[in-house]
Amino acid sequence: MNNRTVLEIHHLSYRYERESVLEDIHFSLSEGSFLALIGPNGSGKSTLLKLILGLLRLQSGEIFLFGKKISHFKNWEKIGYVSQKANAFNTGFPATVREVVASGLTKKLGLFARMGRKDWETVSEALRMVGMEKYINRNIGELSGGQQQRVFIARALVSKPELLILDEPTVGVDAKSNREFLQLLEELNHNFGLTLLLVTHHLEEVTDIVTHVACLNKKLLFYGKTEEYRKFMSGKTTIFYPFAESFHPEGANR
Amino acid sequence: MIEGILQYEFLRNSFLTGMIVGVIAPLLGAFIVVRRLSLIADALSHVTLAGIAANLLLAKRFAFFAGISPLYMGTLFSVGGALLIEKLRGQYKHFQELSIPVIMSGGVALGVIFISLADGFNTDLFSYLFGSVSAVSRMDLYLIIFISIVVIAVVFALYKELFALSFDEEHAKASGLQVKGIHFIFIFLVALVISASMRIVGILLVSSLMTLPVAASIRIAKGFKQTIFLSIIFGEMSVLGGLTVSYHLDLAPGGTIVMLAVLILVLTNFYKKFLLVRADKGEKSIDGNGGA
Repeated sequence: MNNRTVLEIHHLSYRYERESVLEDIHFSLSEGSFLALIGPNGSGKSTLLKLILGLLRLQSGEIFLFGKKISHFKNWEKIGYVSQKANAFNTGFPATVREVVASGLTKKLGLFARMGRKDWETVSEALRMVGMEKYINRNIGELSGGQQQRVFIARALVSKPELLILDEPTVGVDAKSNREFLQLLEELNHNFGLTLLLVTHHLEEVTDIVTHVACLNKKLLFYGKTEEYRKFMSGKTTIFYPFAESFHPEGANR
Repeated sequence: MIEGILQYEFLRNSFLTGMIVGVIAPLLGAFIVVRRLSLIADALSHVTLAGIAANLLLAKRFAFFAGISPLYMGTLFSVGGALLIEKLRGQYKHFQELSIPVIMSGGVALGVIFISLADGFNTDLFSYLFGSVSAVSRMDLYLIIFISIVVIAVVFALYKELFALSFDEEHAKASGLQVKGIHFIFIFLVALVISASMRIVGILLVSSLMTLPVAASIRIAKGFKQTIFLSIIFGEMSVLGGLTVSYHLDLAPGGTIVMLAVLILVLTNFYKKFLLVRADKGEKSIDGNGGA
């Protein structure tokens, strides 16, 4: 595995007015890794993602994307993003799957450029990767939650990103679709070497497929390889105890 | 009717304006509706009223303004209103919709003050409120053609950015698009289209021409491009049909155009229901076959 660092976070802290949300977060993610980021509600997961995606301005610390300071980083097409919000998008929006996935190329193509034949082929290819090619001309609102989420993955993949960030992507998706979805993520990581950062509440569902685990509750309570995490957890009844008594993930007792 | 169009310049101007407005209002309307910003068009049209009233007042006091079409002042106010809406949306981040009633009531209040200073209503103002077949001058037509060229060119050039922003603003931001700039250009275009449309449909009904054809097409369209295409067809049908009815029955065109748009909306809803019932029956017959 190539050890090129995709994401580096250096002593990152963030406050919303007086309330501290992130305190001295420090970790890095190398190419080909699959990181599961877990933490209770209000632990700062979403804020951390927003900072990584450049949606919030840094207050203290530094983020490097592909070796560049985030303030100088311009190649956003290298980062694919699937938001939790995708589950709550306006299902009445009159857009076909093809149009939705093509919108993932907007930044890469640049201003004033139009979609060419090759770009449409890339759209079909991205849909093929997630097993949704036959739905290409369907309106997005006609699909099930699991299918919609696959389409949003295709939108993120269409610009051929090197890092895919997913913010609780399976919220509101049934168990079967959830399993298939996680299998797809595993394939993307294994077969295509895509680096993944997955925010999830259900660590027990992903420990077999992720390479690294990060536990966040304002501070980074644990960061390491999955095996190290398992060792760290042996004999403990809850993941965060004694760090954060309020957090009891379902997988902790298994 | 056709003889009238050939014979009278004012009728030619009206129909040409109508045809243009029938394209650009639903074109931008499609983006407005899917972004749930329908009320922005209403707010800006009311600000435009203030601009028209200001021009009518100035025309009474200064001869210079009497020779200028109020459309220019209306456009200026409309664009100013668009800027203010953006400013307020930035200041009320958690209550962004507040900017719309603030600008709308501010526009009406300013308009009423200008109207009362100009000693009340006159027929000219009435035609701005409800539209008129005879109100479009050659200069108005030139301005409207210019506006339509700008609007169509910008939408064509920024289509994929506008689509990405409309479908998922957060994703557009995360992918590095200049969301603020694109949104501002969009609101600016809305202000221009309102100015261009108000001569025909009138200030009070201008927003309906941006929303009703889209509301009809959204029920039956497959994809966003088809939504735009059908919206323009419905917009053209409403405008040209409405103008014809208005000419023959001597009615304010704003009313006839919008009532036709409502009729199209009702018919598409019936059509959609028919499609759903047919699909439902199809499914049941498949189930029946499967069970047998």
